[in-house]
Amino acid sequence: MAELLRIENLRTWFRTRSGTVRAVDGVDLHVDHGRTLCLVGESGCGKSVTALSIMRLIDPPGRIEPGSRILFEGRDLVELRETAVRQVRGSDIAMIFQEPMSSLNPLYPVGEQVAEAITAHGEVSRARALDRTVELLGLVGIPSPERRAKEYPHQMSGGMRQRVMIAMALSNDPKLLIADEPTTALDVTIQAQILDLLGHLRDRLHMAILLITHDLGVVAEMADDVNVMYAGKIVERGTVESTFHHPQHPYTEALLHSMPVLGMTQDEPLEVIRGIVPNPAAWPSGCRFASRCDHAFERCRHEPPLFRAADQQSACWLCEDGPRAAAGVAVAT
Amino acid sequence: MSSKQQAYLPDDELPPDDGRSRGGPLVAELSYVLRHSRTVQIGLLLVVTLLLLGAFAPLLTSYSPNRIDLANTLQPPSRTHLLGTDELGRDELTRLLYAARVSMIVGLAAVAISNVLGVLFGLVAGYAGGVTDNVIMRTMDGILAFPALLLALLVISVLGPGLLKILIAFGIAFAPSNARLLRSMVVSVRENEYVLAAQALGASRTRVMLRYVLPNSVSPLIVSASLGMGFVIIGLAGLGYLGLGAQPPTAEWGAMLSGSQARFFTAPWLLISPGAAILVAVVGYVLLGDGLRDALDPRLRQSQ
Repeated sequence: MAELLRIENLRTWFRTRSGTVRAVDGVDLHVDHGRTLCLVGESGCGKSVTALSIMRLIDPPGRIEPGSRILFEGRDLVELRETAVRQVRGSDIAMIFQEPMSSLNPLYPVGEQVAEAITAHGEVSRARALDRTVELLGLVGIPSPERRAKEYPHQMSGGMRQRVMIAMALSNDPKLLIADEPTTALDVTIQAQILDLLGHLRDRLHMAILLITHDLGVVAEMADDVNVMYAGKIVERGTVESTFHHPQHPYTEALLHSMPVLGMTQDEPLEVIRGIVPNPAAWPSGCRFASRCDHAFERCRHEPPLFRAADQQSACWLCEDGPRAAAGVAVAT
Repeated sequence: MSSKQQAYLPDDELPPDDGRSRGGPLVAELSYVLRHSRTVQIGLLLVVTLLLLGAFAPLLTSYSPNRIDLANTLQPPSRTHLLGTDELGRDELTRLLYAARVSMIVGLAAVAISNVLGVLFGLVAGYAGGVTDNVIMRTMDGILAFPALLLALLVISVLGPGLLKILIAFGIAFAPSNARLLRSMVVSVRENEYVLAAQALGASRTRVMLRYVLPNSVSPLIVSASLGMGFVIIGLAGLGYLGLGAQPPTAEWGAMLSGSQARFFTAPWLLISPGAAILVAVVGYVLLGDGLRDALDPRLRQSQ
């Protein structure tokens, strides 16, 4: 499968008065054409900063450190000038956000905002843009799109607004859609609708999706590939099946087992990961998960590289000599 | 949450379009305020009345404001001269109406200048941040250190008296408070996710600033513009009273006051009518501004 996006050694640091926060600290990942990659991790592990770095939307004091490479179709986005990046944003790569309630400008009708996204790239007449707006709103499953296009964001529900956001993102046929926790703010039934829609659109429009989430249920439903992120680094990557069935990194394993499973009773304790994520302004040396890990041993004082283990890669010394036996969870894919 | 359920409603069950929010949330809000706030209604009534009286002054009176009639000086109010005549026999009502014109034009122009400058500096400072922000806002603080009236006096002492100079002076004097107000709005508005979303869709900085940040930041300026009109009218009358504002023979409320205060016991109508006009104008604008603030400010609204 041809590679669409490749990130090499991405380091996005925030130089604040209280020290350098190394939010993303050496991330490598790649997304193939037409595939869905899920970036999973708990709050504050650097998922969103990774996404914003790809869009080059990092504001000072944040900075993408020299030596980081974000190759989109072979072109390094880190090197591009601001005007050139703007050509990429919204046309080749589009992004949707967590909060549909506040992602739309409250002062204009939604149709106008979609039309604006269309005219932002390329010469399109206004009439043509309005036709395309109605077409797009229909495509994302908004009933009576002509009429809905004239409504203001406050007249729409959260799910409808997220659909509008998706329509805006799709307006220039992006090759890659970055979705930063697109369903977190929605209730469960609407979540399922939006995920269905994204999957359907991915197949129909042949785009790749980089889905950022902390919800393993969403991962199971959507992902082809999974990258698990912890403390600014990728700790495990593999296909969704292999990662869920044979998690190699202790963090992935712990994450999977801290998820409540249907059929559990109240007597069964839900496993938790003890401790908290270390301070990003002062990452511990060596393995960053060591302080919370049940398997930690002497070698964890040195930082582990990504080892090939079965179908995955895992940044754990336990995987140095190949896959280790770990309890997975069943996943229907 | 009834709005959530809309997602499931089939086509024909969409709630009927009540037309209330046509024209956008800001327009909807203003029309709501207009219908429900008594303060705003009274303020608006006074302000609109004055504006209309000033605008149609030539149609409302057959006299000319500057025509001297020495045969009829210091006439008390009568059927021919409803508010009497002054020491040069000019019709007092006519002069009041023409003076309303002056006050309204100077007020609107000064407020317009202060808003344009305030928006320009506040938007750039708030959106650019950093050094630019600091340089602009410290300059604004410097101007703000002078009372508006003092700044106007400074301009007049350098350039000489005149309405044009006064309105420029007031325009500059009131700009910093507008700039501060807008900057504070911009700083909070630009953190909204729709700003980030617009950037992610490829919108340029200028476009984001003018289409997303500015329109969502301006509503407090509506309030400050209305209150600002009140301040400018008082300031203008004050300067006119001191002889530094409108120059004779131009009719102006403050100048009319100072010209007739010596005759308070013989011709009190010459003092009462311009005083009342100033009062009505200022109260009108302050009521309008106060009412709008109470109605538009979400913090005050919650306690209602």
